[in-house]
Amino acid sequence: MPSAPVPASVSAEPLIQVEKFNYAYGDHQVLFDLDLNMRSTDVTALIGPSGCGKSTLLRAINRINDLVDSARVVSGRIRVDGVDLYAPEVDVISLRRNVGMVFQKYNPFPRSIFENAVYGLRVAGIKNRHDLEEAAERSLRSAALWDEVKDRLHEMATGLSGGQQQRLCIARAIALRPRILLMDEPCAALDPIATARIEELILQLRHEYTFIIVTHNMEQARRIADRTAFFYKGRLVEEQDTMKLFTAPDDPLTESYVTGRLT
Amino acid sequence: MKSKTDHANPFAGDSTGIQKRETAARWALRAGSYLVVLTTAAIMLHIFVKGAPVVFRSEWPFVNTQFLTELPSQLHVIEDKQGRRYETGVNGADAIKKELGENYRSEKTIAYSGGGILGPIVGTALLVIVSVSVALFLGVACAIYLSEYAKHGKFLELIRLAILNLAGVPSVVFGLFGLGAFVLTAPVFVDVPADRSVLAIPLGFTTLSFEGWDTCVLSGGFTLAFVILPVIITASEQCLQAVPQGFRETSMALGATRWQTIRYSVLPFATPGILTSSILGIARAAGETAPIMFTAALAFKDKLPWQKDLPPLPADASVFAQWEQSLQRFLGIFTESVQALPYHIYTLAAKIPQNEYSERAQYGSVFVFLVLVAALATVSIWMRIHLRKKYRW
Repeated sequence: MPSAPVPASVSAEPLIQVEKFNYAYGDHQVLFDLDLNMRSTDVTALIGPSGCGKSTLLRAINRINDLVDSARVVSGRIRVDGVDLYAPEVDVISLRRNVGMVFQKYNPFPRSIFENAVYGLRVAGIKNRHDLEEAAERSLRSAALWDEVKDRLHEMATGLSGGQQQRLCIARAIALRPRILLMDEPCAALDPIATARIEELILQLRHEYTFIIVTHNMEQARRIADRTAFFYKGRLVEEQDTMKLFTAPDDPLTESYVTGRLT
Repeated sequence: MKSKTDHANPFAGDSTGIQKRETAARWALRAGSYLVVLTTAAIMLHIFVKGAPVVFRSEWPFVNTQFLTELPSQLHVIEDKQGRRYETGVNGADAIKKELGENYRSEKTIAYSGGGILGPIVGTALLVIVSVSVALFLGVACAIYLSEYAKHGKFLELIRLAILNLAGVPSVVFGLFGLGAFVLTAPVFVDVPADRSVLAIPLGFTTLSFEGWDTCVLSGGFTLAFVILPVIITASEQCLQAVPQGFRETSMALGATRWQTIRYSVLPFATPGILTSSILGIARAAGETAPIMFTAALAFKDKLPWQKDLPPLPADASVFAQWEQSLQRFLGIFTESVQALPYHIYTLAAKIPQNEYSERAQYGSVFVFLVLVAALATVSIWMRIHLRKKYRW
C-alpha cells in the first residue's frame, strides 16, 4: 500500500507523549512509570496479557476512565500535541471529540442507524438536517458501510450483523473527525471475516487518523501496526517497530510472550 | 439392606432413611406453597362471589351503574306487614311510607350503604395522581443521582440505608408525618397568616405562611408519595443500572456531557421499566389507608371535589374572569378533602352497625377496588412485555 506523503515535521514530533505516567484505581496501582511516544503517522498496537494495563492506558488517553470513581493519575502526564491532558483547564468534552474511541463489544445505541452515526454531532449541538445527513453519509462511507445500509438508514442499528455494528461504531466515532482513534480490542467479538474487514478499514483510514489499538491477537498487530508496545504487569517492557518486536525482540520477556511461552 | 444376590438391581431405590426424608421435605415444601395459593384463591373467590352480584347485573347494561356513578348516601329499608322490603334513598322514604299506609311496619336506616361509591373512586384517583406525580419526580431524580452521579462511598451507603429504612416505616407513622408536615406546617401564600402559623414571611404583596395545607388531596397525595418513594427509587435505580455501562461510555466518548448521556442514552432505555414499576407503586398508593386517615380522607362527603360553591359570576363577566374561575375550580380540586376507597371500606366495615345491607356495600367496594388494582397490574405487565420488545440491545 503506498503511504501518503507526510510532512517531515509532523512525523518527527510524536503526537502522543506519555511521560513517567503512574495510574491507580484507589490504592491499587496499575500503571508504573510509563514512557511512550506515539507518532501521528503510525498505527500503534498495545499488546500484553490481560490485566497488564494496556486498556487502562488507552482509556486514559481520552479520559473515559474518569468515569471510574476510584481511578486517578498518581504522577506523570500524557501530552497530546504538547498539551497535558490532565491539566485542570482541559475540557474533557472537546478532548473526547478529538480522541475517538471504539470499544470491544460493538454497542450501537438501540436507535436507528442514522441516529447512531450522528450521535456525536447531535450532542455537539448540530441541528441542521442537511449537515447531519451529509456527515452521516461521509462517515458511513469512510467506514465502508454506506452501500450496505443506505437504503435502511432509519432502521434499528441493532438489526445489523456484528461486523456491521462494529463498523457503525467506527463511523459514529469518525463522524466527529477526531485526530486520534482509540480501539479497545475492536475485533474481539467478531468472526475472522468481519475482523478482516475491520483491519482493511483501519489500513484504509490510517492516513486520516492516528490509530492506537489494544489487541490480544498478535497476528492482527503484525498485520496492521507499524509500532507495537508490549506491556507486562503495568510496565512497558518494549516498544518497537512491529516486525522487529515479533521477530527479534530486545527483551527476553517479549520474546517469550510473542512466541506463546510466557506463563 | 437385603443381602446381595446375583439378580439384585444395584440401582433399586432404598425406601428407608434418606429417601423418606427427601419425600417428607418435598411434601412439606409443596404443602406450604399450596397453602399460599389456596389462601389467595379463597380471598379472591370470596370477594368475587359476594362482590360481583353487587356490581354486575344480569340485564343490560350488565353493570350496576348506580353503584359506580352515585355518591354514597344513607340507605332506607322499609318493611311492610307482609315482610316485603323496599330499599330507597333519603328522598324516596316518605313516598313509600305514604303509599303503604296501614301496611307500613318498620323502617331501618343504614349509613353510607346506599347510593354508590363514585366519591371514593374519584378521591382515590386524585390521590393516586398527586402521589405518583410527586413520587415519580422525586424518586427518579433521586435514582438518577444515586445511579449516575454519586460516588461510591460511605455517604452513598448512608443514603441507601435511609431509603431502606423509609421502606420499613409503618404506614400510620407516615400518616402522622403527613399530618405534621403537610396538614399543619407546609407553606402557603395567604393574605393574613393564621394564628397557628409556624413561621410567616411577609413578601409585600402576600405572606408566605407555614400554616399547612389542611386535610386535602394535596396533603394526602404528598404523604402517599413518601410511602411509595422507596419502591420507586429502588426500582428506578435497578432500571438505570440495567442499561449497559457501554452506552454511557460510548456516549461520553462521543463528547456528550453526563447529563446529555443520561438524557439520550440512559433514561430512554430505562423509562419502560421505571413506568412499569411505578404502576405497582400506584397500586400501593391506592391501597394505603393509614397515611390518608389524618391527611386527606373523610368518612363521608356529599360532594365531589369540583362541586364547590363559588360566588356566581355577574352576567357580564369577562372571559378572563370566567377563565379565572375555571382555574380556581380546577385548583380547588386539590385543596378539598375527599373520600377514598380504602378508607370507605374501613368505614363500612368498622364504623357502622353490621347487617346485610352494609355488607353488600362493603363487598361491592372491595370488589371494585380489587378490579382496579388488577387492571393496573395487567397494564403494567402488558407495558413490560410490549416495551421490552421495543427496546432490546
